[in-house]
Amino acid sequence: MPAIGRRVPRREGPEKLTGRAQYLDDVAIPSCLTGVTLRSTIPYGAIRAVTFDPAFPWADFVVVTARDVPYNRVALIADDQPLLADTRVMHQMEPIALVAHRDRDQAYEALKHITVVYGPEAPVLTVDDALAATTKLFGDDNVFKDIRIERGDVDGGLAAADLVMEGEYHLPHQEHAYIENNAIAAWVDPDGTLVVTGSMQCPYYVHKALKGLFGLADRRIRVIQTATGGGFGGKEEYPNVIAGHAALLARKAGRPVKIVYDRHEDMLATTKRHPARVRHRTGVRRDGTLVAQDIDIVMDGGAYVTLSPVVLSRGALHATGPYSCPNVRLRARAVATNTPPNGAFRGFGAPQTLFAAELHMEKIAATLGIDAVELRRKNLVRKGSVLATGQVLRESIGARPVLDICVKRSDYRRTRRAHDRHNRDARQTTWKGIGLAVVHHGSGFTGRGEVMLASRASVVLGRDGTITALAASTEIGQGTTTMLAQITADALGVPVDWVDVEVPDTWKVPNSGPTVASRTCMVVGGLLQRAAVRLRDQLIELVGAVPTTRAAFVRAAQRLCGDRSAVRADEDYRKPPEVTWDEDAYHGDAYAVYSYGAAAVDLEIDRATFEVTVRKVTTAHDVGKAINPLLVEGQIIGGLVQGLGYALLEHVVYRDGVMRNAELTNYVIPTSLDVPPFDVVLVERPYSRGPWGAKGVGELPMDIPAPAVAAAIFHATGSLISKLPILPETIRAADLARS
Amino acid sequence: MPPTSRVLEFTVNRTRRRYAGLPFRRLIDVLREDLRLTGTKEGCGEGECGSCTVLLDGAPVNSCLIPICQVQGRSVRTVESLGRPESLNALQQAFIDTGGAQCGICTPGMLMTATAWIEHGGSADRDAIRRCLAGNLCRCTGYQHIVDAVTKVARRGSRR
Repeated sequence: MPAIGRRVPRREGPEKLTGRAQYLDDVAIPSCLTGVTLRSTIPYGAIRAVTFDPAFPWADFVVVTARDVPYNRVALIADDQPLLADTRVMHQMEPIALVAHRDRDQAYEALKHITVVYGPEAPVLTVDDALAATTKLFGDDNVFKDIRIERGDVDGGLAAADLVMEGEYHLPHQEHAYIENNAIAAWVDPDGTLVVTGSMQCPYYVHKALKGLFGLADRRIRVIQTATGGGFGGKEEYPNVIAGHAALLARKAGRPVKIVYDRHEDMLATTKRHPARVRHRTGVRRDGTLVAQDIDIVMDGGAYVTLSPVVLSRGALHATGPYSCPNVRLRARAVATNTPPNGAFRGFGAPQTLFAAELHMEKIAATLGIDAVELRRKNLVRKGSVLATGQVLRESIGARPVLDICVKRSDYRRTRRAHDRHNRDARQTTWKGIGLAVVHHGSGFTGRGEVMLASRASVVLGRDGTITALAASTEIGQGTTTMLAQITADALGVPVDWVDVEVPDTWKVPNSGPTVASRTCMVVGGLLQRAAVRLRDQLIELVGAVPTTRAAFVRAAQRLCGDRSAVRADEDYRKPPEVTWDEDAYHGDAYAVYSYGAAAVDLEIDRATFEVTVRKVTTAHDVGKAINPLLVEGQIIGGLVQGLGYALLEHVVYRDGVMRNAELTNYVIPTSLDVPPFDVVLVERPYSRGPWGAKGVGELPMDIPAPAVAAAIFHATGSLISKLPILPETIRAADLARS
Repeated sequence: MPPTSRVLEFTVNRTRRRYAGLPFRRLIDVLREDLRLTGTKEGCGEGECGSCTVLLDGAPVNSCLIPICQVQGRSVRTVESLGRPESLNALQQAFIDTGGAQCGICTPGMLMTATAWIEHGGSADRDAIRRCLAGNLCRCTGYQHIVDAVTKVARRGSRR
């Protein structure tokens, strides 16, 4: 029976359901020390001295500082971030020294006996201060990346428009709040190999970082992922730093060292979603046709470059919304501030810019007095539409169907009228609103990214009939292992339980690229599909057909292998010839294909407390092909809930450049009581180059809820609130301001 | 004055255990470090996330908030007391069938809270189940598939 399209149960489910799955903190490592981190307590300034209490028994501890790091740079895009701060600190919580000891409490005790003498300087804490560039943190202007996109004649379009609508939207930090905190262990094998294992999304990113830090040969570094308790982007790049720390301590100690952050440290020190300010100036005709979009984006990158240029890029490339407009001018900048670096978070810049684009559509519709659904329908992308970068959309465009399905299944228009009646009734204790949003999300790396990654994945057929899929793509909850097994099995023409998926271990698996960017199914799945098809064709050539019984299959495998122990099919990424991208001009096919999603959010607001209760979410997602509908629904509902949290609950408070509410007590993420039932519809507009037509799904749902919630609150209260999160006090303040 | 050691007795997953050590060590640490029962997970260490939920005399508690001295004479149940990978119990199987586990880190705690609900004859009412699970945070699933799993088993229980 084919596995594609079936609700195949999660492969590693039984281990997870019995508590046997080994997350790093569960792994017993003999004679392992615990490593802890001394962090800066000021946002910006010089380190004048690091002194060690002479009365403390330092001989019992392993201690490292910047001087112990062979090459003190964490390799990523710009290589500007030190592994340990040496002469300056650029943000609070920046690592300065590390201590390891058998006993965790003792290790923490030791930190109290290290004194850092600072020469504090006035920090840059806002994007406006960064742009003023009075204090220079990066280059001459504090700008990590400046992107400009221009299409058509924006000034002419604005001049000719019936209405020019302006809007400014503010997006906050968001904390990943994976339930497993960051955790990495390292040791040096007797042959000198540095082994690093732990919770991570991207083993080969860690490999690259370690290579740069220690100057080791490729084979002298081995990175192995353990079971990983959630990532959402939070374990994309930051594990590079922790891996470097654990490796540094382990090399000095001559023993394994484990670093497991507690919740407070994880929230204080690791990455967050980039805050953003997005300004729109949009020209429209009276009938709602978009004629010009002028968009300005500023994202707060934090103290080091890390991934900000590419987060900004994805944000910029989604900033028009899923609409076609003949005249677009866009400028996007990511700037340096003295705050911990912001980083990858599901959606990767797009939730910020799509919030602005979609809520701006509501504003335009209300001002023109036309229906917000009709306004969207008039401008939505369709086959042949041209995006701001000149990209012509060729296929797999489900924007219109996902919107129409949501409108219909949520009974949007009738619900809206019913809510209007309810809201006019002064005796009611609540206001009700329904709002929707429709978005696109590019699958895979941006621009030439996939070409640069040059990913490889492989399928190995053993002489004993074992079939093993090899990829560095990590299982972090989304179902990678199950989905890759389904693809490999169906491409080969065998039952799914004949296929093993290798643990991501850089000694065993090729570099199939990072587990990010909604790329695993479409790109890596596509590589495995092609590799498995090559093996299938060899089997068919040899024995006429792929055997259907296990015994016959093993015999065929033996014949195919001959005197070899296994045959292996490696498959390298090949750029689709029709996809072109000019990085300098920011012109061309920003993504090979886009997925599309829409949601209608129905909510109720207490007139006395302004508390919001989301009653129902109706959603439709065009994912090309749902390889495993159970997993896809899990991605959609989980992503929508993170989006609802972003919209309504999750409030990162920064003071002096550091998070002040770094506990789950004070940083509230949705519980089972905060979220409604979800009505999920899968739409399958196949992409000709995806495996069985599949596109990306992981990030798409995160993009949708925030603008839909804001639209529903606008409907319920008449207040268009352009800043997240929309807390009860925010609604009350907007209500007071209007009356 | 440094705290003094105590000798305590309690049962964990029906096995009698004798503990000699500091009285204010956290139950989660005794389970994970002394007994190597690592199925119980620590997510926050402050009683917010519920990942460390175990049953104490049948009631769900956050084991990160329980000093071991409070366990004297009582019985503790952890995820290891449920079915094994090759013989999952009905609730565990339901989690697999409905997609109730993704990254799996909240799952042991979620299962223990749900186990108490099922064993105490909790109803299959979805809102009631949502209230019951509200102390267990999950960042992956959005809860719907978890509620599906518990509802499925609670419904079966009520038919018996």
